[in-house]
Amino acid sequence: MLKITGVSRRFGDVTALSDVSLEIRQGEFFALLGPSGCGKTTLLRILAGFESPDEGTVTLDGEDLLARPAHRRPVNLMFQSYALFPHMTVAKNVAYGLERERLDRSEVRRRVGEVLEKVGLGAMAGRRPQQLSGGQRQRVALARAIVKRPRLLLLDEPLSALDKKVRAEMQLELKRLQDEVGITFVVVTHDQEEAMSLADRIAVFDTGRVEQVDAPVELYERPRTPFVAGFVGANNLFAGRACSVGLAADGLGVLPGVSTMPDGTPALLAVRPERLRLGAEGVLRGEVVDVSFYGGVSHVSVLVAGRPAPVLVAVQGATRVRAGSPVALGWADADGVLVPQ
Amino acid sequence: MRRSRLLYVPFWVSYVFLYTPIVVLVAMSFNAGESPYVHEGFSLDWYGVLAQNERIREGLVNTLIVAVGSTALATVLGTLLAVGLVRHTRSRTLDAVGMLPAILPDLVLGIGLLVFYATIRSTLGLHSVLLAHTVFGTAFVTAVVRTRLTHADTSLEEASRDLGATPLTTFARVTLPQLAPGIVAGALLAFTLSIDEFVIAFFTSAPTTPTLPIVIYSMVRFGVTPEINALATLLLLVSFTVVIVAQRMTRLTESLS
Repeated sequence: MLKITGVSRRFGDVTALSDVSLEIRQGEFFALLGPSGCGKTTLLRILAGFESPDEGTVTLDGEDLLARPAHRRPVNLMFQSYALFPHMTVAKNVAYGLERERLDRSEVRRRVGEVLEKVGLGAMAGRRPQQLSGGQRQRVALARAIVKRPRLLLLDEPLSALDKKVRAEMQLELKRLQDEVGITFVVVTHDQEEAMSLADRIAVFDTGRVEQVDAPVELYERPRTPFVAGFVGANNLFAGRACSVGLAADGLGVLPGVSTMPDGTPALLAVRPERLRLGAEGVLRGEVVDVSFYGGVSHVSVLVAGRPAPVLVAVQGATRVRAGSPVALGWADADGVLVPQ
Repeated sequence: MRRSRLLYVPFWVSYVFLYTPIVVLVAMSFNAGESPYVHEGFSLDWYGVLAQNERIREGLVNTLIVAVGSTALATVLGTLLAVGLVRHTRSRTLDAVGMLPAILPDLVLGIGLLVFYATIRSTLGLHSVLLAHTVFGTAFVTAVVRTRLTHADTSLEEASRDLGATPLTTFARVTLPQLAPGIVAGALLAFTLSIDEFVIAFFTSAPTTPTLPIVIYSMVRFGVTPEINALATLLLLVSFTVVIVAQRMTRLTESLS
């Protein structure tokens, strides 16, 4: 449905986007994930029409999107700051976009009423934005954007301004709404948990490039670049060269993993903390340097000779190992993921 | 922590210094005698004399025409200039040149305008004063609106465009309401400055259409009577009212936005 091809954007010496190509499908909940300054917001602003790319094309349903000015695109943006008009009531804010379409008054009133019910703010129609809580403001911003029934809804860090509890609530709410209205959502976020829990597919950005596009589970289990392996979730990374049974790690010997690369290719081996097993026998030997108990899980840091940073192990519940005790670490072959470097 | 009372001394000295002349002026306007310097008892006589002074009434009308007209023009031009400067150019030179008439000595502006009117062979009268006051009024309105605009949230304007509003609708429905407090403050500033402006009006008005400050000046030349004090007291009242109204209005519009 939305096709982004070879989009690049530079600001002076800074490359915000470099040769980005993405395809987003109808009805999808798509996330652009990356650290701040990685170019994801620039891409969002290009889609909304507030920036134009130096190179590349964007088509929506086969039609050139870049040829249209921002106010003629079937695309709406929910701003990070919500950008609610302070001098208008909630109802007026939501009606603003419909009034621009020159719909007649009764139609506008009906649709505003409907959408405010949908986001649970029917009683707040007469209030002004500054009389609402953060979560309510966010709902108004969302209502204002979806009431236009855009082909594409863009959300810029939709949950970042909310506190933890409201955030979890709104997360569910967003998913429910997306299901209900069937609009394609593109959300920009730096919060990987948010991206993982919301999106059908995630594009990971780093310094203006798309590193990997995948569903959350694949992204987590099969990172394809060193950046994704390190950025998405906690990971233990070992550097070395690929070999038939895994990775010949620098100074640690052969570590088990699944390799599809030719032998000798420089690579990283990534093992998730929860996939590691502590025991008397294993691939690596080391000494426990720290144990942190979090309730459901405990994190055990193990210092392995030949690796400067400790290896992180996550175990269910409490653990009996103590700092200072020698342990061995092991993992199943399938849990060692090789990433080309 | 206790503060030394001595700290209040400079505070009160400053206030006494600032307001003694004004208090004296107001007190003398209620003088029963002829002298503006010796108080001879309370009376409202001078206000009566003032009300019957034809020249003052004429001057007042002239001043009001000039102030209202130039404020209206300056508010529109100043707002547009501020929007242009902040949103559509990054030139610091243009920025500085836009503010210049506010800082320029009145004398320079007055002579400049007089020469300009002579060059284009314009007659002098209320229209020439009105346009002259528009020049510095515009600069003041620009300065005030500009400050507000640089602190304004551009995402509101983007949101408006995103929701399908044309640039013109966005300006009318989102930008202007946001700027309202600044525009009101700028307009009141231009108005108060125009009301008591002397130098520029002196250069650009015709002898047949003097503004109030010029009328007062010509009266004072033949000696001061408490009638002048009465007039000054009334002007003071107007200024105070405008300042208070301006404060209230900006607070009101600010609470709305």
